[in-house]
Amino acid sequence: MENLVEIKDVTFSYDVLPVLTGINMTVPRGKVVSIMGLSGCGKTTLLRLIGGALKPRKGEVRVAGRVMHELEQDELYHLRRKMGMLFQFGALFTDLSAFDNVAFQMREHTDLPESMIQDLVLMKLHAVGLRGAHQLMPSELSGGMARRVALARAIALDPMLIMYDEPFAGLDPISLSVIGDLIRHLNDALGATSIVVTHDVQESLKIVDYVYFMSEGVVVTHGTPDDIRRSEAPFVHQFVWGEMDGPVPFHYPGSSYAGDLSLETARA
Amino acid sequence: MERTVLDLWVGIFVAAGIAALLVLALKVGSAGTTFNVGETYRVAAEFDNIGGLKVRAPVKSAGVVVGRVDDIQFENQRFVARVVMKIDQRYQFPKDTSVSILTSGLLGEQYIGLEAGGDSAMLKDGDKLKITQSAVVLEKLIGQFLYNKAAEGGAK
Amino acid sequence: MPERVLKNLRGIGHEVVNGIWRLGYASRFFLLTLARSATSFRRFGLTIKEIYFAGVLSLIIIIVSGLFVGMVLALQGYETLQKYGAAEAVGTLVALSLTRELGPVVAALLFASRAGSAMTAEIGLMKATEQITAMEMMAVDPIARVIGPRFWGGVLSMPLLAAMFSVVGVFGGYLIAVVLIGVDEGAFWSQMQNAVDFRQDVVNGVIKSMVFGVAVTAIALFEGYDAPPTAEGVSGATTRTVVTSSLAILGLDFVLTAFMFKGI
Repeated sequence: MENLVEIKDVTFSYDVLPVLTGINMTVPRGKVVSIMGLSGCGKTTLLRLIGGALKPRKGEVRVAGRVMHELEQDELYHLRRKMGMLFQFGALFTDLSAFDNVAFQMREHTDLPESMIQDLVLMKLHAVGLRGAHQLMPSELSGGMARRVALARAIALDPMLIMYDEPFAGLDPISLSVIGDLIRHLNDALGATSIVVTHDVQESLKIVDYVYFMSEGVVVTHGTPDDIRRSEAPFVHQFVWGEMDGPVPFHYPGSSYAGDLSLETARA
Repeated sequence: MERTVLDLWVGIFVAAGIAALLVLALKVGSAGTTFNVGETYRVAAEFDNIGGLKVRAPVKSAGVVVGRVDDIQFENQRFVARVVMKIDQRYQFPKDTSVSILTSGLLGEQYIGLEAGGDSAMLKDGDKLKITQSAVVLEKLIGQFLYNKAAEGGAK
Repeated sequence: MPERVLKNLRGIGHEVVNGIWRLGYASRFFLLTLARSATSFRRFGLTIKEIYFAGVLSLIIIIVSGLFVGMVLALQGYETLQKYGAAEAVGTLVALSLTRELGPVVAALLFASRAGSAMTAEIGLMKATEQITAMEMMAVDPIARVIGPRFWGGVLSMPLLAAMFSVVGVFGGYLIAVVLIGVDEGAFWSQMQNAVDFRQDVVNGVIKSMVFGVAVTAIALFEGYDAPPTAEGVSGATTRTVVTSSLAILGLDFVLTAFMFKGI
């Protein structure tokens, strides 16, 4: 099977702080792949590398066979038109209505007549169930609705690759499963490929085809959702079942508890 | 906001702004009566002393502004000041017109006064005015006054 | 002791290097904005929208302030001038003060605190809520699409606002001097028109307000674009916009005045 995104041996650091070390990943065409891990393990950085917003220190990111960090600005922008991205909190343009948000890329990148843009935008909004809310401003939308409008905007130009940055963060259970279903169905309906970056294990395991687990900048394990559920690796087990203590300790490392409470000196 | 309402407001804003600029130019300033745009001709005159005359000072005849001082230079051959003025084409002056440097009020700005002569030939572009009277320098005037007083005293 | 000296020297060096770095970054940002302003004119609708936000919405504060400044100038000017028997010159005083200095400068200061701070806050929030990143990911250049129209909207609005400020101010002076105090109306206008020169005073005032417009909008947009994407970051940047652009206006005003009225 052909791979749309290939990440080979990528290392990245902000200044001297290493964020990613030796990451290898492949995302096959037509699949929904999830990247899971704790907050701050470099997932969002990885998405930015795929989008070409950052350059890796070492290794390369290939999207549709092109090495992202070697592209000229024009080529990069050209390739980005075929990518959609859903940001953590939607990142809707607050000065534009829901309709104009979805129409944004069509107006920027195409010369389509306004009547056709209208039809297309209403189709996209219909796909996320918000055709009736098209004239609302982002401030008038609930969190879940804003996320759905942002999703409609991400698929506005029928992208080949859709990236989701924490699509489930801060949503109520109903919105959560609505977004989850939409990710799966839109991917299949559009024939696209999706990358979902999340720490919401239960929801994403229901919808994805393949999972990469990251911790502290390295891939610790990967496999199908069933593999992950059955996994005996202590970190994965703790993560999937949400256990309080394990390889990731409950306590932030520090000096000994007794010492901090002056018990040792008192005894001495 | 509706696009047409927005356009309307911006239209009103820009129109009001341009109107304000016009008011500044015509009503507050005096663009209509200066000679930046009209046809002018240039004449020169030489003075022993121009006092505090400046470029762009008004040239008046009978109290009416007819032109502006265009250029002031020091003539190093004969050690005099050469003043070039631009005069509105609408106003024609005889060749023997006399020029003097005057002061508006006691301490006001200095300007050039033209007094028409009786010649039938009119001034042309590039002509030079021959009859000139220099600026009155206050210090000299006071010095002269004191000297005269002293002389009167001595005579008594 | 040498430890402390070294530390202080390092501190000074750090500040200087940072300052120069930021200045360079700001210049680059400004040049990029200019280089990519084609969008602002090709799609003039975007710029019109920003003229609305920067210009039309600043109208009220500009007009009210202009009126009061003109009225105060007339009152104060009359008090002083009538001692020398030159009460008619109050029109000259009001008009020259407004066209040369107060119109461009006060209008620009008000513009900085009304429109400049709003621009910084808006851009800063767009950055904090990832709207700028989102735009980049949609292959739309935020400098061309967001910064450019705001820049040109501000630059085009500023001279118009300053002219309105001056005109309303002169009108305010007229209200006080002529209508209230009873200075002769003919003398009021004619002395003013004799003294105010189109090229020297009016055009120079407009040039000043254009320069201020460029400075204020460029500073406001840069501070917004450069703001750390947090609540404190945005509020700090907004404050810096008002402080920096006010200082820039007054400093530039001195430099411009020195050049313009030199040798008159």
